[in-house]
Amino acid sequence: MEILTEGQGAYLPPDPDGFRAWVRDNKPRTLVHKMMNEHEAIERFVSDGDYVAYDCNYFQRGPSSLIREIIRQKKKDLWVCGKFTYVALALLVEGGCATKADIGFVGFGPWLSKAVAAGRLQTYEYSNVVMTYRLQAGAQGLPFIGVRSFGGTEGFSQSGAKLVKDPFSGKPVVLLPALNPDVSIIHVHQADVYGNARVFGTGISHVDCALASKRVIVSAEEIIETDEFRRDPARTSIPHFTVDAVVHAPFGAYPGTVQGRYASDVQHVVECFGGTMRGDLQPYLEKWVYSVDSHAEMLEKRVGWKKLQELQRRETIREGYSI
Amino acid sequence: MTPATHFAEREHLICTVSRVIEEEKSYWVGGGGEPLYSILLAQRLYASGVQYMTEDGVIAPQSMMPWDPLMTMVASRAGYRALQWGTMNTAGNFAQLGYVDVGILNTLQVDRYGNINSTVLGEYEGGQGRRFGGPGGADTIAAQCWRTILMTDQQKRKFPEQVDFISSPGFLDGPGAREANGLPPGTGPWRVFTPWAMFGYEEKSCELMLMAISPFVTVDMVLAEMSFEPKIAPTIETLDPPMEEELEIIRTQLDTDGQTTGRGQWIEKRDDKYVFAETQGRE
Repeated sequence: MEILTEGQGAYLPPDPDGFRAWVRDNKPRTLVHKMMNEHEAIERFVSDGDYVAYDCNYFQRGPSSLIREIIRQKKKDLWVCGKFTYVALALLVEGGCATKADIGFVGFGPWLSKAVAAGRLQTYEYSNVVMTYRLQAGAQGLPFIGVRSFGGTEGFSQSGAKLVKDPFSGKPVVLLPALNPDVSIIHVHQADVYGNARVFGTGISHVDCALASKRVIVSAEEIIETDEFRRDPARTSIPHFTVDAVVHAPFGAYPGTVQGRYASDVQHVVECFGGTMRGDLQPYLEKWVYSVDSHAEMLEKRVGWKKLQELQRRETIREGYSI
Repeated sequence: MTPATHFAEREHLICTVSRVIEEEKSYWVGGGGEPLYSILLAQRLYASGVQYMTEDGVIAPQSMMPWDPLMTMVASRAGYRALQWGTMNTAGNFAQLGYVDVGILNTLQVDRYGNINSTVLGEYEGGQGRRFGGPGGADTIAAQCWRTILMTDQQKRKFPEQVDFISSPGFLDGPGAREANGLPPGTGPWRVFTPWAMFGYEEKSCELMLMAISPFVTVDMVLAEMSFEPKIAPTIETLDPPMEEELEIIRTQLDTDGQTTGRGQWIEKRDDKYVFAETQGRE
């Protein structure tokens, strides 16, 4: 295949054969009990230097409690899949955890310019859909995927994409390297103890994240019986055999929203955004991450039952989010 | 409808764009701000059945009002009563298949060829530029929708000769460049709207072309707020001012606290002319 032009950005090299071998050797085929607390899940399945993807973001059905736990455990040198994200990357960079990011969209502000200028964060440029197509290719066990966007942009030049001559039509087409993250963290509405999981409503790339990743940690608002999945199998979003850990995390997306369950905490969102705009997130991290031992302790000491009830009350829409 | 006598220039922008929205076309809109307000306004006044999608795979919602600026995507109010809920690749696939006629986007910078920058002001290389969030869904919208509408402010720095970084494609460096880079033929920039003006593109050269101005500015004022001289249409139309009925919807249902439209200048009608107002803000 003739390469017409190619991006200069580093990328996680696709290795579909290596991924298959990983699946063969590491993913149990039977129903295995995978419940554990957030500390154990992050300690066991997130390693320094990992490529990390999360679905949605810190404000919108994202795995916020697991992101805070990664920061609490001071993981290092993470490469982050920065699609559809507002402050999560900022928190991971300011927490000293992330040093590289593939960017689709990230919440910006002085924190980002400072981190890039100081060399604390190396960025590679993509777009949101380009990143979710890379995950789709990873989720299909393919080495690359063709797309009809991204060509001609300067993001392309700073990425791992290539413009090639389509061997079938002879026309130019962009190829993206497949993405198989080392670990994905995904927050869901319901899961069972084996990792079967349901997401209600829209998402960004939760199914592809689960299928494409070597390790998958699911945090769930609610743990339900496996029989519930068998009663309505079409509602299963993520199958158990892709999942390595299940964490029961009520309000796990806090301060964000989970559709049909609770609204976002506006005051908290403003506090967090404020930190990114001032370029100083240390007070935020101290208050919400370092000074508490766990998500449960944060909810109890920093948020309180009254606020949580208010957030539930404010989320009035139920249609589409329950069975 | 009744022409308004006191309004924000960004309200005027939203009203203008809402009037070009066509019921028979499908839209992909950015997840908040002026692009979304334009289509929501159109649904309420001009094209009640018009369908749009957002990048989280929400297809044809009937979003719950009043609009909540914090609950834009992957949130129940924004995706309320949709016809389908998918994922980001659902949206991407529909656009790649040709199902999406028009994309509406905000931009930080737009240049002569309609290229869009949402990544960096200043130099990218070396890391000393001022960084922004990246294209998000805009790259896909700009590459694959049949037409793209851009919304931005009329400021010199927003209209450079060349954008500092092409995050999402316009006509790149001119005719034929999109196809040579693998983008689908027959797609591309269609209009740029600012509070002061409407631009299209000259077909042959693919260059930005001034087509109409707002009733409170002159052509010279518009050109003074651009870093390059655009093509000028043979006849420059004057855009209608906002209508009271449009403002009522914007203020009570869409941008209720003025977070988006409150910035920028205010306009008033004085001695039968539209001029920059002495009083800023909603009365």
